[in-house]
Amino acid sequence: MRIEGKGILSRAKPVKFSFDGQNYPAFEGDTIASALLANDMRLVGRSFKYHRPRGILTAGSEEPNALVTTGKGAGQTPNVRATVQEVFEGLQAQSQNNWPSLRADLMGVNDLLSPFLSAGFYYKTFMWPRAFWEKVYEPIIRRAAGLGALSGEHDTARYDKAYAFCDLLVIGAGPSGLMAALTAGRAGADVILADENPAAGGRLLSEDEQVGDRPGHLWAAQVIAELEALPNVRIMYRTTVTGAYDQGTFGALERVSLHRASAGDAPLETFWRIVAKRSLLCSGALERPIAFRNNDRPGVMMASAVRSYLNHWGVSPGRSVAVFCNNDDAHRTARDLAAAGIRIAALVDTRPDAKVTGEFPIFTGAEIVNTSGRLGVSQVTLRHDGGMHRIDVDCLAVSGGWNPSLHLTCHMNGRPVWNDALAAFVPAPNAVPGLDVAGAAAGVFSTKGALKSGFYRAKLALEDLSMKVPSVPIPASDDAAYALVPCWQVPGKGRAWLDFQNDVTVKDVKLAAQENFRSVEHMKRYTTQGMATDQGKNSNVAALAILADATGRTVPETGSTTFRPPYAPVSIAAMGAGAYGHGFAPERFTTSHDASLERGAPMIEAGLWFRPSFFPRTGEATWRQSCDREVNMVRQNVGVCDVSTLGKIDIQGKDAAKLLDFVYTNTFSSLKAGRVRYGLMLREDGFVMDDGTTARLGENHYVMTTTTAAAGAVMKHLEFVHQCLRPDWDVQIISVTEQWAQFAVAGPNSRELLNTVLDKPIDDASFPFMACGAVGVSGTAGRLFRISFSGEHAYEVAVPTRFGDSLFRILVTHAETMGGGAYGMEALNVLRIEKGHITHSEIHGRTTAFDIGFDKMVSAKKDCIGKTMSERPGLSGADREQLVGLYPVGSVKQMSAGAHLFEAGADPVRVNDQGYVTSVGFSPTLGRYLGLGFLKNGRARHGERVRMVDHLRGLDVLCEVTDPVSVDPDGGRLRG
Amino acid sequence: MVKLIAKTPCEGLLPFSAGGCSLTEQAPEAITSIAPEKGREKLVSDALKASSGMAFPAANRTTGKDGNRLIWSGAGQAFLLGPVPKTVKAAAMTDQSDAWAVMRLEGENAEAVLARLVPVDLRAVTFKRGHTSRTMLFHMACSITRVGANAFDIMVFRSMAKSAVHELSTAMRSVAAQLG
Repeated sequence: MRIEGKGILSRAKPVKFSFDGQNYPAFEGDTIASALLANDMRLVGRSFKYHRPRGILTAGSEEPNALVTTGKGAGQTPNVRATVQEVFEGLQAQSQNNWPSLRADLMGVNDLLSPFLSAGFYYKTFMWPRAFWEKVYEPIIRRAAGLGALSGEHDTARYDKAYAFCDLLVIGAGPSGLMAALTAGRAGADVILADENPAAGGRLLSEDEQVGDRPGHLWAAQVIAELEALPNVRIMYRTTVTGAYDQGTFGALERVSLHRASAGDAPLETFWRIVAKRSLLCSGALERPIAFRNNDRPGVMMASAVRSYLNHWGVSPGRSVAVFCNNDDAHRTARDLAAAGIRIAALVDTRPDAKVTGEFPIFTGAEIVNTSGRLGVSQVTLRHDGGMHRIDVDCLAVSGGWNPSLHLTCHMNGRPVWNDALAAFVPAPNAVPGLDVAGAAAGVFSTKGALKSGFYRAKLALEDLSMKVPSVPIPASDDAAYALVPCWQVPGKGRAWLDFQNDVTVKDVKLAAQENFRSVEHMKRYTTQGMATDQGKNSNVAALAILADATGRTVPETGSTTFRPPYAPVSIAAMGAGAYGHGFAPERFTTSHDASLERGAPMIEAGLWFRPSFFPRTGEATWRQSCDREVNMVRQNVGVCDVSTLGKIDIQGKDAAKLLDFVYTNTFSSLKAGRVRYGLMLREDGFVMDDGTTARLGENHYVMTTTTAAAGAVMKHLEFVHQCLRPDWDVQIISVTEQWAQFAVAGPNSRELLNTVLDKPIDDASFPFMACGAVGVSGTAGRLFRISFSGEHAYEVAVPTRFGDSLFRILVTHAETMGGGAYGMEALNVLRIEKGHITHSEIHGRTTAFDIGFDKMVSAKKDCIGKTMSERPGLSGADREQLVGLYPVGSVKQMSAGAHLFEAGADPVRVNDQGYVTSVGFSPTLGRYLGLGFLKNGRARHGERVRMVDHLRGLDVLCEVTDPVSVDPDGGRLRG
Repeated sequence: MVKLIAKTPCEGLLPFSAGGCSLTEQAPEAITSIAPEKGREKLVSDALKASSGMAFPAANRTTGKDGNRLIWSGAGQAFLLGPVPKTVKAAAMTDQSDAWAVMRLEGENAEAVLARLVPVDLRAVTFKRGHTSRTMLFHMACSITRVGANAFDIMVFRSMAKSAVHELSTAMRSVAAQLG
């Protein structure tokens, strides 16, 4: 019920939203919770396990009950806290966990079965048969119990990630946070003030009290006005600091557009990483309930939340309200409501000596023992002076005292300290380096105390940062002492609810203790208390106290469970912002990309690079036809392929040769300038790391090429070797991969094609096999290397990248006029398989130089990285699986990479495994499938027949073992 | 004989502006990496002072100005963005002119845009004009230099220009949409 003239909410902007398909009026600034209460809706959801009717318990981010689903389709978000979500025009909210409807939930039958569904029920019941765990039990349990559901569609909304830095991060903008931010702001410190609410003030927005000469919320507004004018202060509203991490780093979630009908280009949420030199936790405290029979009925609320709805949103959650408490603070609820003209049916204080005044029935030394009412409370039962009284109410405000919101201080494994006077945990000092705590979060509960504490803690931080502390007078304000006598539960029959979100009762905790789950961590897992989206913010301390009682220990002896980030739920979408679809990783494009697309080439991803798979021509129906043609083209005429993606590393300095001799197994110091040599590189552990060619451009100048896949890894390796192993060497290393667009020109007519673009034509004498040098390419300074991956007479020509597109088009056009053309990755792969050349399919990290038949390349004359380790027993010899060639000889002519090898007559089972196939392709040159693979003692088994079985694809092929090189074994074609 | 046609790294991608910020492609005359030989840093610095008018920069710093700037680019290494310097004897030099896409982000909200992509502290109090950092632009390795009160030069691998422009323009739109 909205009350005229009450509340600080502006009623200037009416909006309409819907809940379960029904439209309701509200005002901009309402939460779903305040708007539902304004419309007398108490029933908001069904509970997790028993499907009991539940309403709104709190007015903040700790809400366990009032979870709704907002939006539709891909934009559907489950488990949205109605107490946090602001309404906007057109907002659609749905209740959760009920069928067929919220009011008539048939799953409520679970509640009748509750005697069987106590803590540990699932563990004890769904044990046998084991095969039913995942297939039968889990789906049933998950369907019956639970929260909201995901849409199953991709979330197409935008999210951001962002970074911020400051001198002082103030977490929470209540009285202590505002005071701290003001102090640090005036001192000139770079301040970030983050608050999870849309406005600053904390409890000052919910209480009817004066700060200085004005109402608390106006004092907050005045401070905010000053802070907003300071260039060194940044205020982040709707921003929940969710975690404290190493070195002053905090995670924070900003709800950027969740309160708007349309986000436009803005993100829904932004996940911030805030790095602060110092930080101050001013997160306040959370009121805790008292457990008694049927204390979970809609209409039973926290006393402070009732005041929030009244004083902030101008809404009374009931027309006849009872207050049940163990402390003075909750008396304000009765006084505020009474002043607003709401009937107070009873104020019930558990303390016999409580001092209460007011024009309403007051019961001290009394307890509420039960509630009744179908979909909401209609009556409470009061025990007073040995008698029971029933009182008609539609709202019961409960307060069991306050717990400091100290979660962040525990995120680095700090344990809170029990305070007997407050009957609550308070933060341990210095639990997180650089983080101090002020105000109610530190157990200072009065407004005056919070203001003073905020100033004082900010002063300490400023002194720590060697900054001058300005004078900030503490305004006059409420300084009432916090008086309470602990009361965790009202003894009696029936179910008294502790954890509303997980349907955990007092009895469940006692049962856990009885069944010897006496450790608090065991109790938590046995009962599920403190789990799910609210992480037990309302119930943790009470559950501990009850466990302590049940096990005959004190609360500090019992200990507390661990608080871990995040403090409040964080969308995975926000943490992964941007990193999906094309944003998952950067995309690298070669200069020939557009020209390849224009020729219809499908692109494949090779690491981050996009490379053409093949270049289809008219009349070619399958990729194989294109691939076969391209292979034949290279073998018989000429082909052009972009190889710019290979890593190119420029190595200079008088010790450059030494470095190469050290990282390669073979020798490069003996290479003549103007020549290229193939090199093999080992890891420290003796296994093959990478291979490639290195050209010597001058006395102290080399250019190394790496495979596309290992370009980054090799660069890192060289840096490591130089910086850590041999810092004494004078050598300068830099990647020039991106500087050069490089194209392979391969085939018997390659030189003829090249000479159409070279300023000075070359011949065999001026450019023999493995020569390299500077050339003019159509007027541009380029580089030419006579190397071959295809096994043909071939070159790689490089020009500065800006000319790449142009040179590729020219080369391909010329090649086409000669009857050749561009070739893609498929043909490149077949060509190298025919030649037995390895790629990372073969040097996959588990193969040695011996395995690939390159052991003779490990120079005996010098040391190199990995040499010693490669000589370990077991890394060479007949037991090793060695590189071989394979081709089908039986009736089945197909081969597949990944298949395993067995002796011809053997069973294709693990123990008979003789090796595996790494690469296959159809060789148009030989007219049959060809494969490369590793076979036990393979080099001694050429000519033998083996069985290739691909269990996944159902292939069983008889193959003959051969040398890996199937085409031109003596290399005559290479030399032209 | 035909002549080869040159293309810039961000051709067809830039300029772009949103929310009072502009992103433009920069075209330095050349980019030359300079890495002094071991123990000859001072010699190289003096030679550069004589030939190009600026010293070899300290880590995370630049020397020179627009059109002729030396940007620290890693351990013992800097990029000269400007005319190709005379060969410095005691240094390894490579042509990097075609290896980088160089962009300038300029405008009142440039810091806010980069805060969405760059994990280092770019606030004017800590990252002053002439400061530079080798860091990340979202998932991409980059070099970022503050060249003015509200202007940053950003260098990424040329092959990643499209991804970089996508990330930067998305962040610019996001900031623009949150201006109020």
